[in-house]
Amino acid sequence: MASTEPTRRAMLLGGTAAAAALAGPPAWAQPATAQSLIARPIPSSGEPLPIVGLGSWITFNVGNDPKLLDESAAVVAAFVEGGGRMIDSSPMYGSAQATIGYALRKLGPPAHVFAADKVWISDGARGREQIEQSRALWGIRRFDLMQVHNLLTWEKHIETLLEMKASGQVRYIGITTSEGRRHSEFERVMASRPLDFVQVSYNVLDREIEARILPLARERGIAVIVNRPFRQKDLIRHVERHPLPTWLTETGAKSWAQFLLKFVVSNPVVTCAIPATTRVDHVRENLAAARGMLPDAALRVRMADYVKQL
Amino acid sequence: MSEWWTYELSDFLLFSDRVYIRLFELHNAALWPAQIGTLLLGCAILYALLRPGQSGARFVPLALGVLWIGIAWTFFWQRYATINWAAPYIAPLFMLQGVAFIALAAGPGLALPGSAKRPLGYLAAVSLLLLCLFAYPVLAPALGRPMATAEVFGIAPDPTAAATLAVLAACRGRERWLLMIVPLLWSALTGLTLWTMGAQEALVAPTCALAAGAMAVACRSADRGA
Ligand SMILES: NC(=O)c1ccc[n+]([C@@H]2O[C@H](COP(=O)([O-])OP(=O)(O)OC[C@H]3O[C@@H](n4cnc5c(N)ncnc54)[C@H](OP(=O)(O)O)[C@@H]3O)[C@@H](O)[C@H]2O)c1
Repeated sequence: MASTEPTRRAMLLGGTAAAAALAGPPAWAQPATAQSLIARPIPSSGEPLPIVGLGSWITFNVGNDPKLLDESAAVVAAFVEGGGRMIDSSPMYGSAQATIGYALRKLGPPAHVFAADKVWISDGARGREQIEQSRALWGIRRFDLMQVHNLLTWEKHIETLLEMKASGQVRYIGITTSEGRRHSEFERVMASRPLDFVQVSYNVLDREIEARILPLARERGIAVIVNRPFRQKDLIRHVERHPLPTWLTETGAKSWAQFLLKFVVSNPVVTCAIPATTRVDHVRENLAAARGMLPDAALRVRMADYVKQL
Repeated sequence: MSEWWTYELSDFLLFSDRVYIRLFELHNAALWPAQIGTLLLGCAILYALLRPGQSGARFVPLALGVLWIGIAWTFFWQRYATINWAAPYIAPLFMLQGVAFIALAAGPGLALPGSAKRPLGYLAAVSLLLLCLFAYPVLAPALGRPMATAEVFGIAPDPTAAATLAVLAACRGRERWLLMIVPLLWSALTGLTLWTMGAQEALVAPTCALAAGAMAVACRSADRGA
C-alpha cells in the first residue's frame, strides 16, 4: 500500500497526555506518572481504562520461587506506579494468579488495579467454585472483569457470570479467544449476549479482527482487550533485526516495542492491550506507549506496510 | 479441543526456560545432600550389573523403585506442579513405575546379565548408565548454567529415566519391556518440552531413550543367538 507523507500525522490525545508529550516525557525506562496515561472509556459504563494493561501468561508462572516471585512483584509494582490498571490472568496460567496475589499483597492492594480474570473449566456447574478459588489467589474482594476463557463451555459460564454481575460479585463480563480461533462462534456470542468486554489477538501483522469483530464491538458497545500484541515476542524478535523507520517520531514511539503497541492501541475501537513481561524496564516502556501521540488512520496504514515488507 | 489443528506445541508450554532452570536449582537446594546418596545408589546399581551372579536381582529394582516414587512425590507433586498443572497427572505414572519395580523386587527380582555372555549391547548399556550418572549432571555447567541447576540421577526425572532405560537394556527377562514404557514416554515428553522451550539439551533424553531401546534389542538378539 502507498505510504503516506512524513508529516506530523498523529493525534494528540488527552490534555495531560499532550502536555506531558510536548514538555518531553521522561525516558520510558523511568517511572511514568499515573496522570499521563491515555485512557479509553469502557462503552458499557463510561469508566476510563488506560490503553495499556498487563498480561500474565508464562511471565508470572513462577511457582513458589521466592526470587522470581519478587521479580514479578517488581513488575506489578512498576505497572501500578506507572498508572497501569488492567491486569489479566487465568486459572490456565499455572501459578500466575498466585503471583499476582503475592505482588498485590506486597504492594498493599492498590485501589486502582482493574482485576481481569477468566473462568476456564469444562464443567459449567463448577464455574463459580473456580472463580472463587481465583479470587482467593488474587486476594481481592471481587473481580472487575470475569471472562470465559477461549469460549470453553460458554453458554453455562455466561449464565453464571450474568448472575454474578447482577448480584455485584463481578463488575463486567466478557469472552476471550486468541490467534483467530473460533471467530464465527465468537461473533455469534458477541451478537447475542450482553457482553461488556471481548478479548482477541491483534497486532500489526495479525489484523483479522478489523474486518468483523471490531466493527461488531463498536456496534454493540463492547470494550476490546487485545492479547498477544507482540505475538508472544516473536514479532519483536522479527522486527528488531531491522532498522526502525526514519519517521519513528511521527508515531510517538521510541522503540520497536512501542511502535508495535502504538499500532494496536491507536485503533479507536481497542480499549486496552495487555502485553506480558518479566521485566520492569519493559513494563515501563510498554506503559509509555500509552502516553503522548497516537498514530492516526493514515499513519497506521504506513506502519503496517512498513512491518509487512520487513 | 476445537480447532485443534490451529494449536502449536508452544501453546501448551506454560512456563519459560528461566523458570524451568530455577526449578532444578531450588529442587537441588531443597534436597541437598541427597544427590550424593542417589549417585552412590546409582554406582551400586552399576556394580550389580557388572558383577557376575544374581545377588543384586532384588536390590536393583528396589533401589530404582524407591527413586521413582521419590521423584513422583518430591519433583512432580511438590515441585513441578507449582508451574505445570499437568504435573500431578504425570506423578501417578512415576509412582506406578516405582511400585512395579518394588513388586518385582518383592517377587522374582530383575534378571541381571549375571555371568551370561556379555554382548556389545550390554557394554553399551552399561556405558550409557555411566554417562547418565556422571555426564548428565555436568550438562548444566557445560551449557553455561550454574552447577546448582544440574539434573542428577535419582533426583531429577530425565537422568533417572535415561539411567533406568540403560539398566533395563542391560538386563534380561520379559518384564523389562513393560518397565520401559513409562521411561520412554517421559523421555519423549521431556524432549518435546525442552525442544518447545528452545533448550539446547532437548535431544539428550530422547537420544538416550532411543539408544537404550536399540541396546535392549541388541542384547535380546545376542541372547537369542547364544
Ligand atoms: N485466550 C486468551 O484468553 C489469551 C490468549 C493469549 C494471551 N492472553 C493474555 O494476553 C496477554 C498477552 O499475550 P502474550 O503474553 O501471549 O504475548 P505478548 O504480550 O504478545 O508477548 C509477551 C512477550 O513479549 C515480551 N515483551 C513485553 N514487553 C516487551 C518490551 N517492551 N520489549 C521487548 N519484549 C517485550 C515479553 O518478554 P520479556 O519478559 O522479556 O519482556 C514476553 O515474552 C497474556 O499474558 C494473557 O494475559 C489471553
